[in-house]
Amino acid sequence: MEEVKDKIVSIEKPELLAPPDWKPVIVGILCNWCSYAGSDLTGTSRTQYPPNIRIIRVPCSSRVDPWFIIKALQTTADGVLISGCHPGDCHYISGNYYARRRFLVTRELLKMVGFHEHRVQFSWVSAAEGAKFAQVVKKVTEDVVKLGPLHLYKKENFNK
Amino acid sequence: MARVGVFVCFCGANIADFVDVPTVVEEAKKIREVKFAVDYKYMCSDPGQQMIRDAIVQYRLTSIVVAACSPRMHEKTFRKALSDAGMNPYLLEVANIREHSSWVHQKDKKAATEKAGDLVRMAVAKSIANEQLHEISVPVTKRALVIGGGIAGIQAALDIADAHIPVTLVERSPSIGGRMAQLDETFPTLDCSQCILTPKMVDVASHPYIELIPYSEVIELNGYVGNYKAKIRKKASYVNFKTCTGCGTCWQKCPVKVPNEYNMGIDKRKAIYTPFPQAVPNKPVIDAEHCTYLLKGKCGICAKFCEKGSIDFKMQDEVIEREIGAVVVATGYDLWDATPYEEYGVGRYKDIINSLEFERMVSANGPTGGLPIRPSDGKVPKTVVFIKCVGSRDKAKGIEFCSKICCMYTAKHAILLHHKVHDSRAYIFYMDIRAAGKGYEEFVNRAQVETGAVYLRGRVSKIYQKGEKLMVRGEDGQLGREVEVEADLVVLATAIIPYKTNPALAQLLGISYDKYGYLSEAHPKLRPVETAKAGIFLAGCTQAPKDIPDTVAQASACAAKVCGLFAGDTMKKDPMISTVNNEFCSGCQNCVQVCPYQAIVTEEIPLGHGAREMRTVAKINEGVCQGCGSCVAVCRSMAINLAGFTDPQIINEIVAI
Repeated sequence: MEEVKDKIVSIEKPELLAPPDWKPVIVGILCNWCSYAGSDLTGTSRTQYPPNIRIIRVPCSSRVDPWFIIKALQTTADGVLISGCHPGDCHYISGNYYARRRFLVTRELLKMVGFHEHRVQFSWVSAAEGAKFAQVVKKVTEDVVKLGPLHLYKKENFNK
Repeated sequence: MARVGVFVCFCGANIADFVDVPTVVEEAKKIREVKFAVDYKYMCSDPGQQMIRDAIVQYRLTSIVVAACSPRMHEKTFRKALSDAGMNPYLLEVANIREHSSWVHQKDKKAATEKAGDLVRMAVAKSIANEQLHEISVPVTKRALVIGGGIAGIQAALDIADAHIPVTLVERSPSIGGRMAQLDETFPTLDCSQCILTPKMVDVASHPYIELIPYSEVIELNGYVGNYKAKIRKKASYVNFKTCTGCGTCWQKCPVKVPNEYNMGIDKRKAIYTPFPQAVPNKPVIDAEHCTYLLKGKCGICAKFCEKGSIDFKMQDEVIEREIGAVVVATGYDLWDATPYEEYGVGRYKDIINSLEFERMVSANGPTGGLPIRPSDGKVPKTVVFIKCVGSRDKAKGIEFCSKICCMYTAKHAILLHHKVHDSRAYIFYMDIRAAGKGYEEFVNRAQVETGAVYLRGRVSKIYQKGEKLMVRGEDGQLGREVEVEADLVVLATAIIPYKTNPALAQLLGISYDKYGYLSEAHPKLRPVETAKAGIFLAGCTQAPKDIPDTVAQASACAAKVCGLFAGDTMKKDPMISTVNNEFCSGCQNCVQVCPYQAIVTEEIPLGHGAREMRTVAKINEGVCQGCGSCVAVCRSMAINLAGFTDPQIINEIVAI
């Protein structure tokens, strides 16, 4: 196992400078009942956060297939944020528990293949935590800015 | 080829001030599939909706994107506009450019505009993969479950039952009545609480459409709106209610004395007891934690004296099931424990009591016969200091919110004190007087003028003992000086908090709650009685602090919602549920395991056309499925899809950014 790990070439390339006009893109996949409602509350209370996140609504964090995360990193995103209801408060009883386990495995897998663990982050934001959502987005954006762009086959490369 | 129409809303200045709307429209027009894009001041207004309807016809659009506020706000409005134009309403996508762009990036118009453009592009990409969906109708069980028998639960149960809908009312204590039964008189009219409450309690017990289950708790709730199944645990009362006449011999003879919860522990009750004389049902229960017979197997005096032979020590807890269509949660409030206020000497000095203890003392049926006394020596106090906002509005020690009712009941206590002890004087330390309500301000004025209560605006810094008296040192903020009051009795208006069992209850019901344990409503302004889970409603202080008029109003609102839900024989259900493609299903049954609603079962189908061999595939019960999508993510063969949130839709969104 350790041998295999040594052979993996990190995907992260901190030595490469980011282009001057580079702005990180973060894909946020939020559950409809807690985190999406929380992000709406952030808006309603006019709490400001960095404009890099693009939010996708799903009914429950358990709807998030690891495929979505990988696809996002592969095509458009420099970072991914998944957010659901607090453990125990899932609108669908137990969906976020499945999601939590799935995320842990996905993150290990991504680490394995050389992604920095800050590329994919998970959080629990309830419908009442508008301010917390802003903090989470701020933190994820800052982390991704520190890591720099993801030098993968991005969409623009596909089109060429 | 898809023909998408994009409608971008100004939302007055809400969006237009921070996002360059015409640029967003131009960006949208660049997308290949977009055949029509336009902006308008208020898309949700009638002319705005008319624009959508006209464009659908004129440009033969196949899907619609509205870039406006959150889909949680106006998705339904626009879906209706689509169906009015003869289009399937589920071909709509909403790009949330208000909550997610204009309101949160107010300092960077360029970035906000760019983000809005991206959000529109994502919505367009998703809408291309949208499919036509049709509402599902499911049968409804016309019975409501009301949890909690305080004034909120009583009012909700009566209003629902008056509409000839059966109600099951579950109460945790031996009698209904709740906190209101503990009150003496109520503000702002000073009418006797028991006098207005007990007739309603009797109505509940005698109503042909109400099934009252006291001394019991809801332990499980399964199913979905219109078709819930509740499990209720009836705690063993050790008394056969069918034969008991409520004569009272048992509790007179019982030798075990226990602090009386109804009187806030000021006096004692017996181990077999009814909480108060007007209890409904007026049948005693045995407190298993204190009964000598149940603990040690000796005594049994109650059984010896019971002429009807109603005492049954072998009685066990019983679990009953009810099929119900809707739930009203009305579990009420508790008082915050003021122990963190060490400088007041809470717990150290006996003559510091909370407001509910004072309420019991001044109550005519209370432990002291209606006269306030000092717990330390039993003397009648002449100088009483009331301290408001103990715990409330105090982030450092207590909680941030205002408990709402303390200003009013403290004014009431000042008046009641004056009525009971004529030569007494009340000193009231307050932060603000919040008397918003019909007749409330007048009531506070009455307390000040009629009783001569001294209102001191400021906080109390310290309470210490000096001889028999309690010295209350505080600030008179209006005169800007320190004051010290020699008090006989100190009454703390402690914050009101929800019952500590609220989070557990919320979890078993599948609804959300805030950090204090208050249950969350679906929308703070427009849906104050619904929860996010369809068919579950909130009444009274379980949602937030409230006075009696507000509680009753909310309970009646719940009843109206329940009646509305039960108005038809079937109910329309969102079609956004999972479906299985049998061609791909390998029968691994991963989905069966993860489904939180047990909505997935397996079925046997022929292996091929006309084949005799069978194979197993998953089958989804569309009435039970709530559309969470857990099964979709675990499906290895990608045989399951969730309508409205299919893999192509979400992948399209991700790739379109």
